[in-house]
Amino acid sequence: MDQGADGPLSERPPPHRPQIGGIRDTFAPWEDPGAKPLVRFEGVAKAFGATAAVKGVDLSIYEREFFALLGPSGCGKTTLMRMLAGFETPDAGRILLEGRDIAADPPHRRPVHMMFQAYALFPHLSVAQNIAFGLKRQGLPKAEVSARVEEMLALVKLDGMGRRRPDQLSGGQRQRVALARAIAPRPRILLLDEPMAALDKKLREETQFELMNLQQTLGMTFMIVTHDQDEAMVVADRIAVMREGEIVQVGRPGEVYEAPADRYVAGFIGDVNLFEGRVAVSEGGRVRLISDDGTFEADGAGPVGETAWVAVRPEKVAVHTEPPVAGANVLAGRIHDYGYLGDWTTYLVEVAPGRRVRATRANATRTVERPLGCGDAVWLSFAPSSAVVLTR
Amino acid sequence: MKGRGGLAAILPFLWLALFFAFPFLLVAKLSLSDTALAIPPYAPRIDWSRGLAGVRDFLAALDVETYGRLTRDRLYLDAYLSSLRIAATGTGLLLLIGYPIAYGIARCPPAVRQALVMAVVLPFWTSFLIRIYAWIAILKPAGVLNAALGALGLPPVDILNTETAVILGLVYAYLPFMVLPLYAVLEKQDESLIEAAQDLGATPLSAFWRVTFPLSIPGAAAGALLCFIPMAGEFVIPDLLGGSETLMLGRVIWTEFFANRDWPAASAVAVVLLATLVVPILLFERQQAKVLR
Repeated sequence: MDQGADGPLSERPPPHRPQIGGIRDTFAPWEDPGAKPLVRFEGVAKAFGATAAVKGVDLSIYEREFFALLGPSGCGKTTLMRMLAGFETPDAGRILLEGRDIAADPPHRRPVHMMFQAYALFPHLSVAQNIAFGLKRQGLPKAEVSARVEEMLALVKLDGMGRRRPDQLSGGQRQRVALARAIAPRPRILLLDEPMAALDKKLREETQFELMNLQQTLGMTFMIVTHDQDEAMVVADRIAVMREGEIVQVGRPGEVYEAPADRYVAGFIGDVNLFEGRVAVSEGGRVRLISDDGTFEADGAGPVGETAWVAVRPEKVAVHTEPPVAGANVLAGRIHDYGYLGDWTTYLVEVAPGRRVRATRANATRTVERPLGCGDAVWLSFAPSSAVVLTR
Repeated sequence: MKGRGGLAAILPFLWLALFFAFPFLLVAKLSLSDTALAIPPYAPRIDWSRGLAGVRDFLAALDVETYGRLTRDRLYLDAYLSSLRIAATGTGLLLLIGYPIAYGIARCPPAVRQALVMAVVLPFWTSFLIRIYAWIAILKPAGVLNAALGALGLPPVDILNTETAVILGLVYAYLPFMVLPLYAVLEKQDESLIEAAQDLGATPLSAFWRVTFPLSIPGAAAGALLCFIPMAGEFVIPDLLGGSETLMLGRVIWTEFFANRDWPAASAVAVVLLATLVVPILLFERQQAKVLR
């Protein structure tokens, strides 16, 4: 039933590769070799004592981009942002803003404003005074300051709240004051440090879209630091995934999700099933892998004879109640556990003792002819083009 | 559980009633009495053997004559004003000296902070009296201070038994009471507020004046009251360092009580001092309530 280890690949990828991610977006200044980045990190490194927080980061952020730094806590993303704001000094490397090295500029001279994680609103000042703080430091005339404050209050839908104190506001309102305060002086780039960490789920989702709209309306460059991959996926034009002070991958949300650079990125962004094996065939952008769980075919390339992994997302794994046509990328097993989420159901299928594969199915209909339960025998399959080969 | 909660609520009131309200009522009663050649040296006293009539006669004999005496003798007014002036000067100096100390400690790394707070409190481990006597040894004409000035080729100063020496002693003795409340507010101040101010274009100095300082005012107010109130009634320091020149209410009370055996006058001065200090205490309470709300 299985093809031999070195037989022909069952399906070849089409010569014209369809675009990854399924979102058509024409904004891509990073693909333009002539474009000048707004912010450029060049070999930036920073250690705290013996701990290296950031290890030689190179990164370019372009005008009007919504850029996300994504990683677990302690990966150095906040340190990287704080170096751009001027609160930390790099041990090595340069940070350029519009082509100029800003190493010598103290925080108060950088046209870079930050929205702090806990908002850091001045508790002794009113909402309007908080928003006016940066404007007054720029020496704007009084009339212009109050006009700009009103404009900002309207922009974040806090009209008429100017005289309140921060402690008289709800969490969501405080977050918007912090946002208004940071964008009022029109920074060249706005830094957002975990801006939605303190909000509940529903409010967070609303805020994500509001933030995107705001960024579009203002035409401002935003850089967000977050550990929440959903948040980064929703808001960002590009995501930089960080691990232990290094940037592992930079790409559009779709690229990072569908073509992860390695197992770390694949596992950090979304759920993934990994099958470890040995590369048998690698040609034309397609690889055949022999593993203990069977034979797999997936997009990518790898050195023949070496260890590699086939990665497939749970939503790309089909669950069958009848055995499908035998071939590559087919697994038989029993349902070990499941989780019903309303819109989705997640199945944990045991394909070998202790080896479980995750598959999700959209609940496209309200009623199901043959409901599945724990212990039921099922077959899993996925298309070779739905999986990728990872060599790291 | 409910009974215990009730007891916990009543205990502070019992404490205050027993150790503050009751003694104060005794002093207030004394201040309304007259001096007498008797033991104890005042009249009237309640004649309990006559029952209710005795109490009635006692109350009828009370009067505010002693307070009238206070207004007629310049000595009391002078002592009162100079007490307030010395306490105010001391409080001002303590703010000027204590703020930088508290601010400096709060900016240190946590491990160092602990040691420095310890150092501020350390003088308490030595007897208060010994420390004030040490100041006599420093300030006396042939003392340590003049020896040091002489070594530097500077003329000697004679400040023992002056108001300057009293203020010096007060500032020295009360410094921890100013530093600790200031440190408490500065230490818990959110560092990100300063960063936010600088991020929005404030220089470090401007960030201090616009954020750190206004947010530390409750601590400064607490420290100022904690120092001003006891300093205004201070007895030991003016007695040891101020000589006969310095007029302060604490010494007036002592003199009236022990030298003149005029208990009513001593009590009346004490009541007036307390009444004056209640005003700033109430102001402070209102300020604290505002901060908490």
